[in-house]
Amino acid sequence: MAAKLPTSLEEVPEVILETDLLIIGAGNAGCFAAIEAKKLNPKLKVTLIEKAHIDRSGCLAAGMDAFNAYIKKGRTVEEFVRWSRSQAGGLIREDLTLSLAEVLNQPVEEWERWGLPIDYEEEGDEYHTRGKWDITIKGSEMKVILAEKVREHGCEVLNRVVATNYLMDGDRVVGAMGFGVRDGKFYAIKAKATIVSTGGAAGIYKPYNADGIDSHHQLWYCPFNVGTGYAMGIRAGAEMTTFEMRWCATRTKDYNGPIDTISVGYKTPMINAKGEKILEERYAHLGGDAAPRFIRANLPMEEWLAGRGPCYVDTRGMSPEQVRDMKIDYLNERPSFVLFLAARGQDVSKEPIEIYGSDPYIVGGHTASGYWVDIKRSTTLPGLFAAGDVAGGCPNKFVSGCAAEGMLAARGALEFIEKRPHPVTIDMTQIAGEKARVFAPAIRQVTDGDGIIPKEMEERMQRLMDEYAGGVHQFFRMNREGLEYALKHLRILKDQTRYLIARDLHELMEAHEVIDRLDVAEVLIHHLMFREETRWPGWQTRTDFPERNDERFDCFVNSRRDPATGEIQVFTRPYEQIVPGDRYQP
Amino acid sequence: MPPRVNVEKCDGCKAEKEPLCEQICPGDLMTLNRETNKAYCRSPRDCWDCMSCVKICPQGALETRLPYQLGYYRARLIPLMGTNKITWTCVDIHGQAERFVVKVRNE
Repeated sequence: MAAKLPTSLEEVPEVILETDLLIIGAGNAGCFAAIEAKKLNPKLKVTLIEKAHIDRSGCLAAGMDAFNAYIKKGRTVEEFVRWSRSQAGGLIREDLTLSLAEVLNQPVEEWERWGLPIDYEEEGDEYHTRGKWDITIKGSEMKVILAEKVREHGCEVLNRVVATNYLMDGDRVVGAMGFGVRDGKFYAIKAKATIVSTGGAAGIYKPYNADGIDSHHQLWYCPFNVGTGYAMGIRAGAEMTTFEMRWCATRTKDYNGPIDTISVGYKTPMINAKGEKILEERYAHLGGDAAPRFIRANLPMEEWLAGRGPCYVDTRGMSPEQVRDMKIDYLNERPSFVLFLAARGQDVSKEPIEIYGSDPYIVGGHTASGYWVDIKRSTTLPGLFAAGDVAGGCPNKFVSGCAAEGMLAARGALEFIEKRPHPVTIDMTQIAGEKARVFAPAIRQVTDGDGIIPKEMEERMQRLMDEYAGGVHQFFRMNREGLEYALKHLRILKDQTRYLIARDLHELMEAHEVIDRLDVAEVLIHHLMFREETRWPGWQTRTDFPERNDERFDCFVNSRRDPATGEIQVFTRPYEQIVPGDRYQP
Repeated sequence: MPPRVNVEKCDGCKAEKEPLCEQICPGDLMTLNRETNKAYCRSPRDCWDCMSCVKICPQGALETRLPYQLGYYRARLIPLMGTNKITWTCVDIHGQAERFVVKVRNE
């Protein structure tokens, strides 16, 4: 039962806490970071803050049907780097990917020991494989299993606390602030080191199935991950990378659900309305069925544009056993897809499953968007480490990779604490300022009673981004003029956030979700404008620069917002190749 | 689309400080109507259909429905939680029922 909304700032109770290691976001990466920290130093005080409830928060709320990144017997970490590099159009941080690949299997095997069922081949002791790097699991309860282990390791978990900004000591991060969405209290948590693992950003763009009622959150990605971790870093002046490598994917049409489950899991070809096997017949030169992910994302959109839609994954060759197995896979990841098929009365062995592009997301677990980090997963802000979807440069991590990165971030954070073990000091004016900022929409509701509700602003932002910054209704295409228009109006929206009102604590959370999304969207537009080429058709399609331009853009595009002026600087960082070979080939 | 609450079955989790669906919902969407003492979803458009609330409800009072814009009336998907397994029953719009027993935890 949520507390009442305060009518004045004086009413808001303050909770000031201290810990050794603060982890923001108790999803997959955050939980693994917490457990790793406790394993390395059981005496360490580890605190996780989570906007939801740790048992079912983040991407794994409903579960998962596979680990898409596992180094199977006979494969090498270099092979994984080559594959990830080719899938991402030749642009990854190879140092990060190598260090990740070295520990990639650990969380998988740990989870199995904890009780997660992983499928095995009928013969021998090998995990059952789906694609080159994928193994299948029965993961519907995997987050509950993981949360139990976090508690068993003696970590402190604060559920229903929404992080809003970092606590700073000069340029060093010394914890975070936020508010309780149930208790209405303001929280400031001091920490010797902080790990951000809040997930990526959904809801920057309008989903195509956002009807007037009911399906606004019919998304592939977790809609409660709104880019808060990115936004907090942006506001504090952290360096960000590769936001322009958006994740747009081929998903099941209307339902907007996972597709690799069918296309990779059951080797069902993608076909267009004419029955052509699109990848085989039209994209053979790019690898056919093994074409990079952005090609696959763009594929149904291109077919629709050419008048050859709708498109499908052709499930008509599947046996009754395969159809049953596929439904079980979905029950472990997105159970309501099984309900969707039932609600269509669809027998997939007679009627193929339709596919379409998704709304674009910013997710460092699939693409390379996020904090610019070093090998220890330290961000450019001392004391702040990043893991999972918020950490940039290292795409194709997926669940196992985000977990492994949590472990790496914990190791980095512990080293940092060893070097600087003394308690941190903070300037209390920061706390007062942030408290006023956080509760402003609630106070405005009391003092003025008129303004903008968060949902209105969210929908305005989503339509703007969709139409002018390459959303799904524009077939992911964009040009400079459209991006400039989007930026102009984003700035107006950002200015108008002072008129946001919140009528309860849930709406106060929504207000900060839209504020955070706007900060992410602004940086995203800068990145999209800067890369004057088309490197990843679909993820980043510039109609005014349709070709790849290696001479200018075979590098990372990074940005930093000046905390003092709010000005966003965009610049490049060179590519460093470690693993030899053609970067565009696996 | 949020879960439908069967108000005959929902008892507001009387012994709890908050009903379990409210405790668990990742979107902070499920809450209690203080007048009727029954759970409801505060913002139907914002549900992700993760079914966490359906799985945790001790009364079996919640049922996930798809938005009508996506699928026709009236298909059903009901999970029954066991110790290490979930038994799912799915009924399609033609009344055809399918049952799946999925082991979700090793012994």
